[in-house]
Formats: sequence, C-alpha cells, structure tokens
Amino acid sequence: MVDTLQPTTEYAHGDDHGDGHGHDEHHGASGLLNWLTTTDHKIIGMNYTVTSVVMMLLGGAMAMLIRAQLTVPDGGLVSLAKYNELFTMHGSIMIYLFAGPFAFGGLANYMVPIQIGAPDMAFPRLNALSYWLYLTGSITMLLGFFTSGGAANFGWVGYAPLSNALNAPGAGADLWIGALILTGFSAIFTGVNLVATIFYLRAPGMTMFRMPIFTWNMLVTGILILLAFPVLTAGLVMLYCDRHFGTHIYDANGGGSPVLWQHIFWFWGHPEVYILALPFFGMVTEIIPVFSKKPLFGYKGMVFATITIAAMSTGVWAHHMFTTGVVLLPFFSFMTYLISIPTGIKFFNWIGSMWGGQVEYSAAMLFSIGFLLTFLIGGITGILLASPPLDFFTHDTYFVVAHFHSVVIALVIGAMAGIFYWCPKMTGRFLNERLGKIQFWLLTLGGLLFVMPGYLVGLRGMPRRMAVYIIDPTWQNLNIWSSIGGFMMGVSMLVFAANALKTLRAPKTAGPNPWDGHTLEWFTTSPPPHHNFYSLPNIKSERPTWDYFHPDAPALTHDDHDPDHVPGAVKAEAK
Amino acid sequence: MNDLANSTDCAIAPASTRRPSRKGLGWIALAIAPILLSGCQIPGFGINTGVTESSHKVYKLWQGFMVTGLIVGGFTFLLIVYAAIRYRRRSNEIPRQTQYNTLVEVLYTVIPTIIVAALFYFTIVVENPEVALVQNPPAKVKVVAFQWGWRFSYPENPKVNVVGQTTENPELVLPVGETVQVDLSSTDVVHGFYVRDFHFSQYALPGVVNKFDFKVDKAGEFQTQCTQMCGLYHSLMYFKVKTIPASDYHQCLTSSTSGNEFVACANKTTSALYHRNTATQGATVHHG
Repeated sequence: MVDTLQPTTEYAHGDDHGDGHGHDEHHGASGLLNWLTTTDHKIIGMNYTVTSVVMMLLGGAMAMLIRAQLTVPDGGLVSLAKYNELFTMHGSIMIYLFAGPFAFGGLANYMVPIQIGAPDMAFPRLNALSYWLYLTGSITMLLGFFTSGGAANFGWVGYAPLSNALNAPGAGADLWIGALILTGFSAIFTGVNLVATIFYLRAPGMTMFRMPIFTWNMLVTGILILLAFPVLTAGLVMLYCDRHFGTHIYDANGGGSPVLWQHIFWFWGHPEVYILALPFFGMVTEIIPVFSKKPLFGYKGMVFATITIAAMSTGVWAHHMFTTGVVLLPFFSFMTYLISIPTGIKFFNWIGSMWGGQVEYSAAMLFSIGFLLTFLIGGITGILLASPPLDFFTHDTYFVVAHFHSVVIALVIGAMAGIFYWCPKMTGRFLNERLGKIQFWLLTLGGLLFVMPGYLVGLRGMPRRMAVYIIDPTWQNLNIWSSIGGFMMGVSMLVFAANALKTLRAPKTAGPNPWDGHTLEWFTTSPPPHHNFYSLPNIKSERPTWDYFHPDAPALTHDDHDPDHVPGAVKAEAK
Repeated sequence: MNDLANSTDCAIAPASTRRPSRKGLGWIALAIAPILLSGCQIPGFGINTGVTESSHKVYKLWQGFMVTGLIVGGFTFLLIVYAAIRYRRRSNEIPRQTQYNTLVEVLYTVIPTIIVAALFYFTIVVENPEVALVQNPPAKVKVVAFQWGWRFSYPENPKVNVVGQTTENPELVLPVGETVQVDLSSTDVVHGFYVRDFHFSQYALPGVVNKFDFKVDKAGEFQTQCTQMCGLYHSLMYFKVKTIPASDYHQCLTSSTSGNEFVACANKTTSALYHRNTATQGATVHHG
C-alpha cells in the first residue's frame, strides 16, 4: 500500500480509453449526431434526467386539471370519460415515466459509475438502448391522447377485466400496454447495467463496504428491477393476448382469473415501490452527511437495512389486495410490519448523521429534511394500512390516495434534493439557491396541504377516482384545501422551471468539489471528462474525497473495534 | 402550587447546562402530554364508533393505532426538527466524526420491532373475529355488482330482488341485532362494496363469491357507493344501506312479492322509527 495522499490511480488520458475507440470518436463528432449515437453514461444520464423531468411536468399538469375538477362536487371542467383518462395517465406518467427512470436512468446512470471510479457503465450500448426504449415508450403512452378513443382510462394499475377488449376497446389501452413493455425492457436493461457495473467496475480499493450508500441503494434497486419487471412484462403480454388473441387468462368467463392480474401486477408493484423509493433514500443519504459535515451514521446498519427491505419487498404484495377476500391476511400483514422496521431504521441513520454536526441549510439539505418529514407521514399511515381491519375501511378511499401521495411527494422532494445537489457536478453550474428555497417551502407546505385534507376526506368516505362527488357535497371544503395545496406544488414547479432556465445561462462556477463532498464524483471536474477521471485518490473508506481533503480531520470515534474501517483518520494521526 | 414551582425549576436548570437531551425530552413530553391528558377520552381521529359489532372493535383498534402512530411519528418528527435546528451550522469547525454507536443502533432496531409486534398482535385479535363467518346466519343477502349498479336478492324470499343503476340509488335492507351474511360478487368488472359506518369494504369480483357478515346494532340509513374504479360511471354508482329491526325485516321480507314492495315496507318501518328517534335524539341519517 502506498501511504500517500497523492492520487495513485491514473487513468490514461489520450487516445487509449481501453475500449478500442479513438479519442476523436468521442469528442470529434458534435451536435445532434453525437447526441444520437452517444454511449457515454453521462450524456445518457442527462437525457434521462431531462426527459423524466419533462414527464413529471406533464403528469403534474394533469394533476392540476384533476385538482381543478375536484374543487366543485359536480365537476364540469372535464367529462367523466376524460377524467378517467386524466388520472390514469397522471399515475402512469408519474410512476412509469418519471419516478423510476429519473432515479435509475437519470441520476444513477450519471453518478453510479463516477461514485465507484469507473469510466462508464458496464454495457454502454445497452445503456443507450435503455434510453431510446424509454423515450419511445414514453411517447407511445402519450400518443394515446391522440387516438379516437382517448388514452388508457382504467387507472394506472390496469385491473382486469376493466382493461380487457370489451371494457377498454380503444387503441389508447394498447398503446399503454406497449409503452409499459418498452419502458419495462428499458428498466430491465438499466438494472442489468447497474448490477454488472457495480459488481465488476469498481476502482481499486473500492470494496463493497466502501461504496457510497447511493451506489449501494442502486445495486439493490437494480436487483429488484431484475426480480420485478420481467413479471410485469409477462403479465402485460398476457393482457395483450387476452385483448387480441382470444386467450382467457384474466377472464373469469373463460376459466381465467381476474385476481391473477392483481397478483402479477402487485408482485411487480410492491418491489416497484422500493425501486422508486430506494434511489431517493440513497440521494438524501448522500446529502445529509455532506451538509452536516459528518459521516453517515450507522453506515453498515443502513446497508443491511436496505438489503433487508429488498429481500422482504417480494413478500408483501398482497397488502394491496386485502379487500379481495382471496389472500392470506395475517401473512401479508405480518410481512408488511416486518418491512417497516428497516425502513424505520433509516430515519435514525439520517437523524444520527445530523446529530452533533454542522447542518448547513443549503437548498439540497432543506429538500432532504423536507423529504424526511413528508416521508414520515407516509410511513406512519402505511403502518396503519398494514392492518387489514384498518385497510378494509380506508381501501379505495382518499385516505389511501393521501397515504401514497405523502410517499411520492416525498420522492419528488427527494428528487429536488438530488437535482440541487448534483446539478453543479452534471453541468458545472449552480442552481439558484434562493429560488430553490422558495421552491422548497412551496413544494413541502403545498404537499402537506394537499395530503392532510385527503386523509380526512378519505375517512369521511370519499372514494378515489371520482370525477364528481355530488353524492356528498360536504366533502367540498376539504377538497378545496387539497386543491390549493396541489396548486402550490404546481407553482413550485414553475419556480423550478424558471430556476433551471436561468441556470442554463449561468457561468460554470461550481468547480470540482463545491459542497466539500465525500464521494468520488467530487474528486473530478464538473462536468467530469469523457471517461470521468484524470486521477483517483486512495480509497480507504467510504469517503475517499473527504479523506483526501481532510487529512487532519478529528478522528472517528468508534465503540466497535474495526481498525481498518476508517483508515483516513488513522492515517491523519500517522502524519 | 409547590409542584408547579418545582417543575419550573427543573425545566430551567438543565436548559442552562450542556444537556440538550433533557430539552429534547421536554419537547417529547410536551407532545405526548395532550394525548395522555385526554387518555380517559381518546378521540375518534376522523371516524365514528361504527354501527356493527365488528366496527366497534375496529374503532378501538384505530384509536390505538392512531395514538401509537402519533407518539412514534411525533417523536421522530421532533427528533428530526430538533437535530436540524440544534445542530445548525455555527462555524466552519469540523465536528466529531461519530459514525457508530452500537447501543443506539440496537435500540432503534429493537424498539420498533417490539412496537410492530404489538400492532400485529392487536390486528390479529380484531381481524380474526371480523372475517370469521357465523354458522347458519339468521339472515342472508346476495349482493351482485354490475356496471354501474347493484342487485340485492334475499334467499329467504326469492321473489324479492332490488335492482338499481347509478343515481337510482338502490336500497340494501339489513336487519338490526341479527347477524346477516352477505354473498358478494360481480358480473363484469371489479367493484367495491363499502359502507363507511360499518368500517368495512370488500371487492366484488367476477368469478369469486366473497362472504362476510355484519351484526348491525343501530337502525338508520347509510348512503354509500362503489369504491373500486369500474369504468365511465364509477363516480355515480350509488347505493344506500337501510337497517331496520330484525322482526320488521323478516316480516317485510315474507310479506313482500317484489323488491319494490319490500323496500316500501322497510321504508314504512324506518319512517316510523325515525319519528320515534327524532323525538328523542335527533335524526339518524348517516352519510357515507
């Protein structure tokens, strides 16, 4: 071991990238052709990020229409049929086209190779294919609006037999199925890439227990994608066969089972919840320690918690089906309680990381704290819903809508944390902090104002997916409050769009390490060069960049004896 | 007033010393106090006590869960906010790089485990009798959902069939004080059978008959509707549950020759009942 603080691992910088391409091939071609043919994970990551944020804005615009419709009991803004299309596409866009692709296609694609000191993803061409499948899939789904029958209108869960040829005859439904198959393959290929990259392309010294927690979470997410998405894709193929080739897989009249669709869908759907959540857990877990100037509290425990969540996430799906009457209630209830433990543990990791630190209220940190608080509400109400007797009377009401929106709004807030944190790295430019803080308050308070009345109106009996609620106009007041909260979130996104446009013209002032970061992405230039690094520091802990810049930082205090766990501190004393 | 003076002293003293944890505990106590103080009368947290035998137990379970949830959630919430404010940046000094504390890590694993084990136990205690079926129920009703309406038939008298679509708002008549078993199914897509004040819902599935029972203990009217997205007129798929005394229920059922007759008979009973109730304790119309 070379005991020095000088970079020891130099990547050749010149014509030899080790992939057989000449230097010019990467930098010579410019503009559209370069963009279309690129296999650089950073450009693909940017493409994913921008595309998915555009999708979020589209899905959000649909949410604005939905909330406007619900400000009065008898609607009137859109027809019953259009309303069904709107909430179906809102949910589909947000789940299939924004939250997942943003996290594992966008930020993870960009950051994971850099965080482990790799020059690119393991399969760069497959990575490019992932993006193009995702883009074409997204367009395919949206094209549904331009068909004569309108877009898919059976809810983002597509329950059989509402999604069969009889009940949903339009081409919009077929486009929806096709889109999910395309984006499903895109996700599977990204999962393959993440897992292979993390297992095989780590830099010398980057052992598994020195990987940044975001990378850990993306490894687990990748494995979950490989477990879950093929099941959904298979289910969708069978749905398509039912619609067009005369099979009766989900058709009770032909000897099939409509509940089978629910089993298949949620066997994908619950791991999917963690496929969506884990990357955002990872982001805030990167951000909180950096802006507290401390290491992540309980790093190893958190890794095990994440693995435990993944392992159990394949055994909880039927808690979405408690009211079907055909699932074993105690088993799925018990599993759901179990999975809440490792999720709860993470909160204490986050709190412990702030504890005794120097917490700096940057926009990224504020968004992370907002994520914790909003996710906490969704987590606690999730515990309530894990109890079948309590799920029975809240199922399919706005209580459930408020529950999972607490969770997904937390993810959106987490996404903002990730964007504000990594934008300087990806572009060399800072997003405006002041606008970021304005956006933080609008988004977080708007989110709370949106979900809280939702819980109450759900307990008063308002079912979800209602275009009109003339059945009980007393629900109107709470709905108006929810809508005001929703509109606040809408305004917060306009602030974000303005901020992003402003940043496009901002000077590149970020420098390699603006936040005093911990992980390897902060060791290279902003944005990083073609194959990411000119040099790497010694990797002797999970904070190689921090170790490099703080050779004389106060020693880590351990109560367990693990002498080579954080050698940076030992080294500092030795000097 | 001595106690008050003492407690004030106690509250001030640690604040001036370097013991932030005591301050944290004070905040936690402040958060829990209202719940403990109102311990003799725990609020319903958004729901009522329910009108069936099971729903009363569900109500208690809900209260217990909400109290636990508020304590755990409130504690965690305060801890997050406390850590963020107490340890806000004051200088550029690098803090102690604490990373592991075995005792704390064991505690935050074991305590949640105990809490969810308890929650699971109480869940099972309420759930098992709720989903269990009574042998030979004295009353039975067959509920069939379809796009976009309901059909209620009564095996006791095959001539009685109540059918209604969307805002025709068909009436499901159930007896009070007697267990009634519901056989629920659907002819087309998945629908949701939900009665708010029963604190219960179940899917109406094509190809599956779901069976559950209620023992209603209050006469009244409960307006409700389909809860599971079922197509174009989902938001208008209404029905109404009417509960009448068991003796009236059986008498109406045997004397009627059609669904309309049965509902009219039940309504006559309930309107008489209403007049009795309004005279003593106000209307009993419940909205679902």
